[in-house]
Amino acid sequence: MVSKRIVLHFPQRLVNQPIVYKLVKEYDLQFNILKAYVTPQEEGLMVLELSGKKENFDKGIEYLESSGVKIQPLSQDVIRNEAKCTDCGVCVPICPTGALVVDPHTRKVHFYDNKCIACELCVKICPTRAMEVHF
Amino acid sequence: MKSIKEINEKIKKGQVVVVTAEEVIELVEKKGAKNAAQEVDVVTTGTFGPMCSSGAYFNIGHSKPRIKLGGGTCKLNDVPAYAGFAAVDIYLGVTAIPDDDPRNKVFPGEFKYGGGHVINEIVAGQDVRLEATAYGTDCYPRKKLETFINIKDLNEAVLFNIRNCYQNYNVAVNLSDKMIYTYMGALKPNLGNANYCSAGQLSPLLKDPYYKTIGIGTKIFLGGGIGFVAWHGTQHNPGVPRKSNGIPQAPAGTLAVIGDLKQMKPEWLVGTSMLGYGVSLTVGIGVPIPVLDEEIIKYAAAGDEEIYTQVVDYSANYPQCVPGSLGEVNYAQLKSGKIIVQGKAVATGNLSSYSKARQIAEELKSWIKKGDFVLTEAVAPLPGPESGYTFKLLKERPIV
Repeated sequence: MVSKRIVLHFPQRLVNQPIVYKLVKEYDLQFNILKAYVTPQEEGLMVLELSGKKENFDKGIEYLESSGVKIQPLSQDVIRNEAKCTDCGVCVPICPTGALVVDPHTRKVHFYDNKCIACELCVKICPTRAMEVHF
Repeated sequence: MKSIKEINEKIKKGQVVVVTAEEVIELVEKKGAKNAAQEVDVVTTGTFGPMCSSGAYFNIGHSKPRIKLGGGTCKLNDVPAYAGFAAVDIYLGVTAIPDDDPRNKVFPGEFKYGGGHVINEIVAGQDVRLEATAYGTDCYPRKKLETFINIKDLNEAVLFNIRNCYQNYNVAVNLSDKMIYTYMGALKPNLGNANYCSAGQLSPLLKDPYYKTIGIGTKIFLGGGIGFVAWHGTQHNPGVPRKSNGIPQAPAGTLAVIGDLKQMKPEWLVGTSMLGYGVSLTVGIGVPIPVLDEEIIKYAAAGDEEIYTQVVDYSANYPQCVPGSLGEVNYAQLKSGKIIVQGKAVATGNLSSYSKARQIAEELKSWIKKGDFVLTEAVAPLPGPESGYTFKLLKERPIV
């Protein structure tokens, strides 16, 4: 079994296609939608936790890529520069997945990168620019 | 009843009892104000938030041949500094940005670098590029100057902030249906988040709400060094409504502060970029409150749940100067991570670092305990609520 969190970017032409349905039907994969954002006339974004047999998983990913879905591995490309962070916490309500949390006792901000979906909303709103994108 | 003189004697003898503005809350709860006032000599406060009306002045020393920057231009790392003084005095404001910064042309602008960042680099001991032009006179013939400067070579480097340390501040929300970018941070549409900016129960002026001890001449922790309260800050507005505990329910008093930049530290003066808004400086300030009597410790012992502020819409009401509050919340609610606005649970974020405010209060406490920091008597009080001192909007008069 393989289970991975991935970010899918759908170009506008694929927004109406039943892509995820095919992952289930043809490749026998389980999915858990962590975040989905599709607006007509715009790109769609979906963050999935995708699980299944290794062979099926790889085939599923291949199918997604061949359909034109851009796949981005989750987190790890967003890191916090500890020396720059002042622990103010203005990023906390901006983070859509709760990856940035204020500790109720220390009032310091924790960054749980396993929860990060690399939306990068925090990167530009950080007053000291402590959240950095590394590709 | 204690005097500042008596407290200073205790500091010199190493017998002073100092607690932070957080610790005093529990102490008064346990022992009562009367006993706590006898036991405790000083309460230390702290705050660490973006404070835009800040800046520093420098005397760079005379060049050979001489140049008069006054009436000319001066830039530090491309950021324009004010040169309307005598020959080699300049003032750099923290919100100044390079002429070629794209600003909000591509919205929201990033505002990556400005006066706040330059001040941070100067304090850190980094070389800064100075480029100046002048018109030339008989006594100051030079017309151009390009050189690196360093804080250690400057005659004076003085932080002089004309409005810091707001006594309370609004909670900012967005009632519109699109994202807005403000000095209170990015605000998501339809009450997507609520941003506040105060250290609450650690914040200096909230713990001395009637300015009974904090006044002109009060010695403070400023940017990791020592500073003084120079005056009341601009927009000082002590007459706003207050709760029965004396604490203002909206932005009220402010401080103008001054101190030698040469002994300050870069970690307490941090360049700050607000997306779509501009550049600022996050300033660390700590003010000691001498416990002269029971009343002073009662004020200092107010906890987050007793300190209230107003929720304000920054999509229409704030920019259009429409008065009105969407509700009142306290800092305990704000710190819980969620407040209720118009029946909706809204996630909160603070622009002011509470953990750093705590660190400042602790550091000031250790300075006083070690005998390195004695208290000063205020030489004049700040205008209080009874003074009638107030904050007015601009009355525009058309120029015909």
